[in-house]
Amino acid sequence: MLMSVTLTLLEGLAATMELFVLTLVFALPLGLVISFGSMSRLTPLRGLTRTVVWIIRGTPLMIQILIIFYAPGLLFKLPLLPRFTAALVSFVINYACYFSEIFRGGIQSVPRGQYEAGQVLGMTKGQIFFKVTLLQVIKRIVPPMSNEFITLVKDTALVRVIAVYELIWMGESFVRSKGLIWPLFYTAVFYLVVNGILTLLFGWFEKKLDYFK
Amino acid sequence: MSILEVRSIEKHFGATEVLKDISFTLEEGQALAIIGSSGSGKTTLLRCLNFLETPNGGSISVRGKTLFDAADPATQREAEVRKKRLHFGLVFQSFNLFPQYTALKNVTLASELLAQERPDFKANRKKILSAIEEEGKGLLDQMGLADRAGHYPHQLSGGQQQRVAIARALALRPDILCFDEPTSALDPELTGEVLKVIRSLAERHTTMVIVTHEMAFARDVADQVIFMDSGVIVEQGTPAQVIENPREERTRQFLSRYSGTE
Repeated sequence: MLMSVTLTLLEGLAATMELFVLTLVFALPLGLVISFGSMSRLTPLRGLTRTVVWIIRGTPLMIQILIIFYAPGLLFKLPLLPRFTAALVSFVINYACYFSEIFRGGIQSVPRGQYEAGQVLGMTKGQIFFKVTLLQVIKRIVPPMSNEFITLVKDTALVRVIAVYELIWMGESFVRSKGLIWPLFYTAVFYLVVNGILTLLFGWFEKKLDYFK
Repeated sequence: MSILEVRSIEKHFGATEVLKDISFTLEEGQALAIIGSSGSGKTTLLRCLNFLETPNGGSISVRGKTLFDAADPATQREAEVRKKRLHFGLVFQSFNLFPQYTALKNVTLASELLAQERPDFKANRKKILSAIEEEGKGLLDQMGLADRAGHYPHQLSGGQQQRVAIARALALRPDILCFDEPTSALDPELTGEVLKVIRSLAERHTTMVIVTHEMAFARDVADQVIFMDSGVIVEQGTPAQVIENPREERTRQFLSRYSGTE
């Protein structure tokens, strides 16, 4: 019994991890773009970006998933997005906003003198960003990023509101079909293992960057 | 012809006038010390020379070529400003070394990036990079830091970090090397090693502009001294004129505050 439950839950875990990885792939670069927007010298762009970030961070992700899935159809009579796509879009937008604030904090915490040192050495803006500040930013954002990654793993459970199959859904299916509740509790072990691996990876990465201060 | 000619530089931040009608010239191979109390505009002047601040008026010429003219927007384009900065080197009060690079890489990084723009870079990559590295090692050696090339900034003392920063500024062979209070962030026992290096640069006739609070050092090393107060040049001349026999009351008052500490 344990074996067959485990195999079923592993299927759910695969879907969960797919959402996790794809969210990161799109939300990390988008977050960087948004962080540039929220630091822009153009007041309207900065205002717009910060308003969007405020709305996205200020409302529940679960509601955002429901809106992305149902609103286009209800408001504009558009065909529904595939469930997984709708879930992914909501996660990418939501997490990109959180990431953007982490990036902004990291970028703004690099002392001005670092940019100026690059400037007086004749470097271009791109060279200063990639060769001077980027690694310093990365070092600073590793701890808050590890928090977000871990939260993301667990947040994937929210997509069941639009009936996307994932780990919790699979666990719950045993309640419906066999009246078993323990497989649902058992799903926690899977999250714990994934987050254990993430914690180790982040710890290793932090150590790697320990060579400078 | 003077290597540096600064004419009527004006700078204001909002309503605050920080620099008013600043004009001076500097001859090649000479060291100019700029003295004055905090807030007198010395650092802003240095930042204008390095294009970290854009003056609101006046012009800056190096070797007779106008690098900046407030009246001519063509001299202020970003792409060209980058190249113009290379006429000047700047050593910061707070060193501003790149923490993720070794001392040697701090010195060579900018040269390596500039070399990539050379048309023959791809063909001679190895040769060019090893020449840059040799030069970087030579500069660190000159600073007495040959054995620290592989150290990261946080593993070095403040005095050592500042000497790496001087090597880094020298690596691009600027026409004029600027120092912004190079010893103000250092413990007193570490200022000597940095001043010694600057002194040796003066002996080799490096053209320098040094903003400093070290009066004895300015008197010994500088060929010219400018005393600034409230954004204007109050007095300029040789150290003997400005520091030993100041004509202006404001200069005398400023110097009397330092006489006790020497």
